[in-house]
Amino acid sequence: MPQYIFRDYLQFLVSGVSTGCIYVLIGLGLITIYNVTGVINLAQGEFVMLGAMLAVAYYQGLHLPLVIAFLLAVLSVMIIGALVQRLTIHPARHAPEVTLIIITIGTAITLRGIGLLAWGTTPRSLPEFSTGAPLVLWGAVLSRQRLWIMGTAAFVLLLLYLFFEFTLLGKAVRACAINRRVSQLVGINTEFMALLAYALSAGMGAVAGIVIAPLTLVSYDMGLVLGLKGFVVAIMGGLVNAPVAVAGGLLLGVFESLAAGTLSSGFKDALAFLVLLVVLLGRTMQLTELFRRRV
Amino acid sequence: MSALWKPGFASQRANWLGVLLLALFLGTFPLWLNTPYALSTMVLIGIYTIVTIGLCLLMGYGGQVSLGQAAFFGLGAYGSAILTAKGGWSPWAAMIVAAVGTGLIAYLVGIPIFRLRGHYLAMGTLAFGVVTYIVLNEWKQLTGGATGLPGIPRLSIAGMVIKSDLAYYYLVWLFALFALIIALNIVNSRIGRALRAIRDSEQAAESLGVEISRYKLQVMVISALYASVAGSLYAHYMIFISPTAFDFGVSVRLVLMAAVGGLASIWGAPFGTAAVTLLTLGLRELIPLLTQYGTGEYQIIAYGILLVIIMIFMPEGLVTASVKLWRYKLRSWIMAVVAKMSSSGRSGSSGHVKSA
Repeated sequence: MPQYIFRDYLQFLVSGVSTGCIYVLIGLGLITIYNVTGVINLAQGEFVMLGAMLAVAYYQGLHLPLVIAFLLAVLSVMIIGALVQRLTIHPARHAPEVTLIIITIGTAITLRGIGLLAWGTTPRSLPEFSTGAPLVLWGAVLSRQRLWIMGTAAFVLLLLYLFFEFTLLGKAVRACAINRRVSQLVGINTEFMALLAYALSAGMGAVAGIVIAPLTLVSYDMGLVLGLKGFVVAIMGGLVNAPVAVAGGLLLGVFESLAAGTLSSGFKDALAFLVLLVVLLGRTMQLTELFRRRV
Repeated sequence: MSALWKPGFASQRANWLGVLLLALFLGTFPLWLNTPYALSTMVLIGIYTIVTIGLCLLMGYGGQVSLGQAAFFGLGAYGSAILTAKGGWSPWAAMIVAAVGTGLIAYLVGIPIFRLRGHYLAMGTLAFGVVTYIVLNEWKQLTGGATGLPGIPRLSIAGMVIKSDLAYYYLVWLFALFALIIALNIVNSRIGRALRAIRDSEQAAESLGVEISRYKLQVMVISALYASVAGSLYAHYMIFISPTAFDFGVSVRLVLMAAVGGLASIWGAPFGTAAVTLLTLGLRELIPLLTQYGTGEYQIIAYGILLVIIMIFMPEGLVTASVKLWRYKLRSWIMAVVAKMSSSGRSGSSGHVKSA
């Protein structure tokens, strides 16, 4: 049994927080879609995969600068997200939730299959956003990409906050989340808001996929596990509470990194789902109801 | 739209007739198609049919999605495999013990989840499925890990080992028919009526005194028992099992089978299972002709698109939809004939005969 010192724990903490940022982005996308449309989008992880894959394609295939490739990939995935909403969710929007869940599963499988068809099974990679020696923080090594992840996530969260709190469109989306029918009565186009929610969430997923791409390889099946972790985060927030979801996502990242570092890396992925089961158990005891607040 | 899934109401007599016809078809099937490939395909269809029937009960009648049914299937298979290959148990005893154990696990997992409404069962079963898959992979001393667990004995009846595919085919379908009959009886029993009431309106059912979480939990345990027994049959048929046969993709395929057949129709289960299995085999042949990669994984695109289309346009499943279509056609045809006869009978009157 190796002895762990403060430096090691700090190391687990910083890498955990940056991974947690990814989960937060995915989880918030899920929360947005759920609150506006009432759909649990099991295809969220595929948006992450598409974002990363398209960024690689634009950067390596079309030789675009990395920044342009990044933005173009996010934009493309947002359009794909809107298309998915129109083609699959919209026609069945009055169906029971079981039907809707199965539809999003079908969408996820299809998108994954398209990824496989377009890019094959060989994993691809994206270069780090900025080159240079990693930073050393009280003995813990922090690669520059991890800084980029945290910075980007914080920036996206800030943008979302500004959008939802201070713009008319953002307030309209929130109104839909609170009560769809009443929103309709006051003249909000709820169908458009549903479309917008899908596009936004797809964009968030894409951002998550692109910033994590330099650290992990990009493959057609990366979306499944990342999407599932996004759910754990969304459910931690009770599917409605964004601040709790953010905290939960960061915590999950740290937990995982601790477990992978000190226990076994094989069980790392199981941890998230054990956490999910515990959270579900906790929800039955109405723990999260105590500080429940809508997005 | 809560009544989107009209239960596949069928009278007891029609059900028994159906069982008889299915048994007749299955009994004579090997007489006209007795190739090893056809038989082994039919064995697998039979095994998955058992799981799908359980899933139809849970999803169509309990109104809950299970995205982790492969885990119960896997627990049954590994339970049987470990007890017989490592513990030296009799396969039949192992099958029963594995089923009881799996049912108990389903009960324990279900207790917290069924107190919640909405999507949480889907999430909970999904998490349970993933955790089970990882445990099967990582608990190497017990399960053999990703390399699998070999040396599972075959089933035997009264000292006779069931070796041939033909014998196994009859055995599996005997189980499947039995599972079908039990499920049909459950649907037409008190618990079935309670579940239908819950599915149509939880509030209404609750106000009439139906204990929602208890019935949901019961149907969850029943579906787990079905999956576990099917898993045991799978293990003794394959003689070798590895975790990939019980991953998330398998759970999704099981949902697809149930959805294609029709979630609220027990009768849909065998047909949905057969349709998806045959489609998978067909795509496996077809897809290498279309693409360069030819890894056989492209069938998942077709799965996905199919699932979306069926759920959007035929949420009650292929079987129910086609039965409805047939009935509708038949009725309108009879109406047309009756209208024609009555109008020709009263040839003088020029009254417009309204068609249905």
